[in-house]
Formats: sequence, C-alpha cells, structure tokens
Amino acid sequence: MQDLYQEIILDHYRRPQGRGLREPFDSQVHHVNPTCGDEIDLRVHLEDRDGLPYVADVSYAGQGCSISQASASVMFESLADKPLTEAFESLARFQEMIQSKGENPGDEDTMGDAVAFAGVAKYPARIKCALLPWLAWKDAVLRASDASSTDKDDQ
Amino acid sequence: MTATTALAPLDVSRIRLDFPILARTVRDARPLVYLDSAATSQKPVAVLDAERHFYVTSNAAVHRGAHQLAEEATEAYEGARAEIAGFVGARAEDVVFTRNATESLNLMAYAFSNATDKARMGSALPEGAERFILRAGDEILVTEMEHHANLIPWQEVCAKTGATLRWIGLTDEGRLDLKDLNLINERTRVVSFVHQSNILGTLNPVGPIVERARAVGALTILDACQSVPHMPFDVSTLGVDAVAWSGHKMLGPTGIGCLWAHADVLSAMPPFLSGGSMIETVTMEASTFAPPPARFEAGVPMVAQAVGLAEACRYLTHLGMDRIEAHEHDMTAYALNGLAQIPGVRVIGPTDTHDRGSAISFVVDGVHPHDVGQVLDDRGVAVRVGHHCAWPTCRRMQVPATTRLSPYLYNDHADIDACLNAVAEVRGIFGAT
Repeated sequence: MQDLYQEIILDHYRRPQGRGLREPFDSQVHHVNPTCGDEIDLRVHLEDRDGLPYVADVSYAGQGCSISQASASVMFESLADKPLTEAFESLARFQEMIQSKGENPGDEDTMGDAVAFAGVAKYPARIKCALLPWLAWKDAVLRASDASSTDKDDQ
Repeated sequence: MTATTALAPLDVSRIRLDFPILARTVRDARPLVYLDSAATSQKPVAVLDAERHFYVTSNAAVHRGAHQLAEEATEAYEGARAEIAGFVGARAEDVVFTRNATESLNLMAYAFSNATDKARMGSALPEGAERFILRAGDEILVTEMEHHANLIPWQEVCAKTGATLRWIGLTDEGRLDLKDLNLINERTRVVSFVHQSNILGTLNPVGPIVERARAVGALTILDACQSVPHMPFDVSTLGVDAVAWSGHKMLGPTGIGCLWAHADVLSAMPPFLSGGSMIETVTMEASTFAPPPARFEAGVPMVAQAVGLAEACRYLTHLGMDRIEAHEHDMTAYALNGLAQIPGVRVIGPTDTHDRGSAISFVVDGVHPHDVGQVLDDRGVAVRVGHHCAWPTCRRMQVPATTRLSPYLYNDHADIDACLNAVAEVRGIFGAT
C-alpha cells in the first residue's frame, strides 16, 4: 500500500497546487467517475505565445479520493504554463506509465512528481481515479481547440 | 417453540468450512475478511456441486426435445422453481426466472411501457392489461433510497409514457419520511420501493405503504434483494403485488434473479423479451404468447443457475432463516457499537438495530471512502466503497460516497474486529485531523 500512497501523493492531497476555478478560460468540462462518484470541473486557457500554442492555465475544482485529488494537483504542475505539444507528451507519458500494469516505472527527470503515481498501476480499480483529471484536461483542450477553429471558420 | 425461546446460534466456524474461498489470503498473505455480502455473497460448495452435478449428469435444453436428458433437465429446472418459490412462500407458477433483480424490475417496468405502446397502436393485449396502460398525469412513486435498479427503469417509463415520477423522501437518520405517504393519490399507478436499503441498511415498513397504495388501486412492487437473503420472507404475508430479488446475494450463482407476482398480475402483463419458448402459436404475421411464467422466459434459460439457487435455498433453510436473522442482528449491533467508539467515524443510516439490516455505511472525517476502502483492503478486509448504485441517496445524506461493511452468515466478531481495527488506523495514515 506504501507504493500507492507515496508521501509525494499525500503531500499533494493535503496541499493541492493550482486548485480553484479561474478566469479567463476557453473551455470548461465536468468529468465524473461514475462507479465511485468522483467529480472534477476543469477549465483550460490556451494562449498563443510567439506562434506557439501554450497551456496558459489549467484550473479545477472537485471532490474525490486522495489519488484523484493529488493527481489533479500534479496534473496542474505538469501541464500549466507549458507549450501544448509538451503538455500532450506529458499526458502520454503519464497514461503509458499508469496503464503499464507496473511494467513502466516512469522517468522522474521528465515526469517530476507524476512518477509517484507509478504504484497506482498495480491497483486496477484506482487507475481511473488517477486518470480522471488528466483526461478532463485533454477533453477541455480538444473542446477549446474545436471552439477556436469554429471561430476562425466563422470569420 | 415460542417467540421468547432463544435460537441456537449459528456455528460459524463450521459454516466457514463450506466456503473454501474464505480460507484464502489476499494482498501480502493477509487472511481474507469478506464483508461485502450486500454486493454479492460467497457460495457454499453444495451450490457449486449442484451446478456441476447438473452439467455432468443431465445437461440439455429444457422444455423441448423428446430425449431423456431433456426430460431430466426440464425436471431439474422446474423442480428448482418449486424449491425457490417454496423458500419465499410462493406458488411455483408465479415465479419468473430472470438474469438478475435488475432484469426483474425492468420486466415490471416494461410491462407498463409495452402495454402503453401497444394500447396506443391498438395492438392485442392480455386480458386485464388496462392496469399497465399509463397516461400523461399518471404517477409512479419510488423512494429516495432506491438502488438505481429500481429508479432508472421508472425514469425510463416516465420518459416513454408521460407519467410523472415522485418519491418518498428521507429523514436525516436515513429512514423514509412517512409524511410523504400523502404523495399517494388517485393518480398513483405504481408504488415501487426497496424493502431493505442496500446503502443505509434501513428496513422499510411494508404494511403502511401497501395499505395506502391499495386504497388508490396502485400496483405495489418490492425490491427485496437485501431482505430475502437475510430474514424469513413470505410473499403471501407482505401484501405487495410483485417482489424482485437476486440469486447471487443469497449464496446462489450469478446469472439468475427472480420475480414473483400475483397470478392475476403476471397474466395481465405483455411480454418483455420475446422469441423462443415464450410463445403459444406463431405465424408470419403474428404470435400469441404462453401463460406465465414461460411468457417471460424467452430463449434457453439458466438451468444450472436455477439448480444452484435451489440448492442455496436448501442450505439456508437447513440453517434456518430465523437463526440467520438473529446472527446478523448480533453482527450489526456489534459493528455499530464498535464504529461508534472510533473517533471521526459517522454511520450513514440508522445507528441502532431497530428495523435495520446488516449493511452498514460509514464515513471517516477527512478521508475519502475510496481511501478508507484501500486501507481496509491492505489489511485483507473486503468492503464496498462508492455510491452503492444509490447516488441520489448519497446526495440526500450529504456524502459523496460511503464505505460499507455487510456481514452474512459466515462472518463472526473476529471479522468485525479486523474491520474496526483497520478503520481505526485510517485517519492516522492520511493525517486527517
């Protein structure tokens, strides 16, 4: 169980980073984990910085277990204020590690605190808890991108 | 024997020998403490042997074929029906086999939406089907402590027919607010309610609800999933029109549920699933349907599961449902008392054993139920976490989810102690204050 509840995870659970819904934002999503009732509201704000799309902000609020709440905090640290392509690479690394059934321990150099979730991979029932905020972020970004391309089509 | 005679207690250590799974270890070689029987019970060897014996000796499709195996299989299937019906005080021909209690409740709900659809089209309906035809303005009444299986099918019926769903609310203690019985009026066509809540443990008063419902001619349906396995149960004394329950929560196999209803109710219902086995005559243009229960058992049924469930009924009867009820009452009192001693723990649902079953939900201050369950799992204690398919009930009780322990006839005080000891550790692990 220590593999699951690493001190880093419990720290993020007790002192979540980036929590609270903020303005401005381009899209907002509400994701739930229907088997256990975990919920997250998540907003993304995308920004063009010298021609490069950036995740200017990710903000969130919700309720859930320590794994989903700590994962939201780590997700914020991993994805906010990062170039969009880099953020998607972080998402891919996190998903790959957590769905590897323990085969992929993650790389601390590229993943930071997110490697602490490697232990979750051994608890199939908790994988969806850890993924909830990350997949909400992905959905929010896709919606924001859809909205902006629709805006351009309109012009 | 008089009511005051003490019942002989169950010999749990001997009973446990009938359930080999209880001797296994989980996680890091921890002995399994199984306290999730409200989700599904474990199965005694006798049930597994009965299923195997059927497959080894008599397997064939029932109700067709002229060969000896088909005869034996049909006899096993119908014999199982008689045994299971007898267990709940019913006539065999009034018990329908389904996949599970969810299907049993859907079967009732679809009787309403199908009758309404067919009436709209002027299609043929069984005699007496008028009571299943709904109109806009008609009302269906449930309670705020329903399992989703007895809520969503009625939401669907309302969406299809224009009927309105209403519900009896709950008190803060997690009992039905009986003032809401006033919701039963001349527009009420169905009152479908849970006997014992799977999340709160509350045992609901069937008598007063049925009395009000009958006075306005509403059909009454009881979700008895959490009562049939745990107490003496007799359909003929409850006064309801229909009862749904599942096999797998009462030591039986998965894949079989039951629906009992009064003969005149079943015979007035149009079919749910259609196809083979449920017909009387078939032409290319149209068909007529078999009488109940065959009308509601389309396709080759779950024969081995019926045989297994009948064996489960024999096993329970042999132990005595009154003794099982007394045993669970003792487990419930012991667990409720133990939980009350742990700081930061709050029971969601009645906190005393009055009109209460053995499913006990609780929350731990500052720790999410999922995390509570994980700590318990690490100690070998299997409990359920989440909203227990009763999300609106969680909202009403103002909790996102709960942790639930649910003992059965094979649990003892040592199991409850293991659970309580683990619960007492939880807040320390998460630094909750």
